[in-house]
Amino acid sequence: MQETGWRPSAPIENLRARGKVLAQIRRFFAQREVLEVETPVLSKCAVSDPFIDSLEVSFGFQPGVEDERLYLQTSPEYAMKRLLAAGSGDIYQMAKVFRNGESGRRHNPEFTMLEWYRLGFDDRQLMAEVEALIREVVPELQVRYLSYADLFEQELGLDPHRATLEQLQQRCREHLDAPFDDDDRDTWLNLLMSHVLEPRLKGAVFIHSYPASMAALAQVRKDAQGRQVAARFELFVDGVELANGYHELTDAAEQARRLNADQLQRAALGLPQRPLEQRLVQALEAGIPECAGVALGVDRLVMLALGVDSLEQVVSFMHERA
Amino acid sequence: MANYSSNQFKNGMKVMIDGDPCSMVDVEFVKPGKGQAFTRVRLRNLLTGRIWERTFKSNESAESADVMDTDMEYLYNDGEMWHFMDPKTFEQVAADQNAVGDAAKWLKEQDKIVVTLWNNNPISVTPPNFVELEVVETDPGLKGDTAQGGSKPATLSTGAVVRVPLFIEQGEVLRIDTRTGEYVSRAN
Repeated sequence: MQETGWRPSAPIENLRARGKVLAQIRRFFAQREVLEVETPVLSKCAVSDPFIDSLEVSFGFQPGVEDERLYLQTSPEYAMKRLLAAGSGDIYQMAKVFRNGESGRRHNPEFTMLEWYRLGFDDRQLMAEVEALIREVVPELQVRYLSYADLFEQELGLDPHRATLEQLQQRCREHLDAPFDDDDRDTWLNLLMSHVLEPRLKGAVFIHSYPASMAALAQVRKDAQGRQVAARFELFVDGVELANGYHELTDAAEQARRLNADQLQRAALGLPQRPLEQRLVQALEAGIPECAGVALGVDRLVMLALGVDSLEQVVSFMHERA
Repeated sequence: MANYSSNQFKNGMKVMIDGDPCSMVDVEFVKPGKGQAFTRVRLRNLLTGRIWERTFKSNESAESADVMDTDMEYLYNDGEMWHFMDPKTFEQVAADQNAVGDAAKWLKEQDKIVVTLWNNNPISVTPPNFVELEVVETDPGLKGDTAQGGSKPATLSTGAVVRVPLFIEQGEVLRIDTRTGEYVSRAN
């Protein structure tokens, strides 16, 4: 039998199309005078998010002797915010990011992330810019905007901000077989979102105003009904998560509180305790301009441009062949 | 028995779910960018044949099921049970109606059959993809009608009834696809 393991995952013509998308992205930002930057892939600190696992790298001055534990970035967010605080102005970068354990039809442990920050923008203005970028690549795309609460109310008749843990759990079990226990409301909201609602999202849909408990690094504000919501949005295209953006948190004390809360949740779940990025807190203390930022999965954008439904169609060498 | 954690799940894996042996038909990793990972699995209950989807959290696990697909030879039916023999060990097993199910109509003596054993008991039977069976009853063939469409029912030696072209005669041996129950060709 002929050995085929050396071959790329994706057909070469798809990789040509991918190259064109990368060029379109760079042209888009050049026209808008957003500076391309690069930040370290290896960091002394890891992401705090309990459900994102960093890959660990051993650094040493002699082979086989570890002097320092480093972490592959799961997103360039922390370093880019340090640049913003240092006065970089509008910036973007396309970088490889790494997430341990993530492998599947639409996941690869390393993938290309496009991340950008716009000074003076809020989440609404940034959503409009994400739409403009997507239209450069896929001009015919129809785009809708919907709040997280409206989506849940329209599809499930449920207020995601006020429903109790028991209500969410019960609603999940009406739709799917998930007999495990979990006392985190967000787990059940995420289950409803990923298993029930996302498959119903046809075309391109921006979901915005997430529950405050899912704010991550976004500001929290009150919506028209007086509910606390995160100034966070996600873009889904035909049910696939493509981008995640925030009106960025600039409050250093709140940032420190969220890092510590993540670390406590990690401890409670028996997840590794890793060094928190305190230099991000220091950068916010020094002062970061009001801005909005977003991360977009470039591989998935290329999937969309080519109309294919698996990463292996657009990635030169997937995990199994890397 | 081994335990598999949900991030080790793979297509074809056999596990115990709610006390029944099940096979994983499709495993999908579902991970919201923020939020915990889930594994969504299409499962087939090997006792009932029921197929459904279950979602696992990343720290959940499932016990492996002692399920083995074994190549066996079909011996005979005694009116109640179907008897099979492992041609290597000459060990025999008897499967009931539940285990044999629809496969019964494709079982020809001495054919090689895959018998699925759970804790050494037969729970299902898979005939070869193609079997060759004799026509025991069908309407007379139409002369000259070898090219046009049209079909008629034919009863095979095992009792199965399949649609066959009009030119097929009683006594002929046919090749049948057991997955679709469709006529393929005359057997050579």
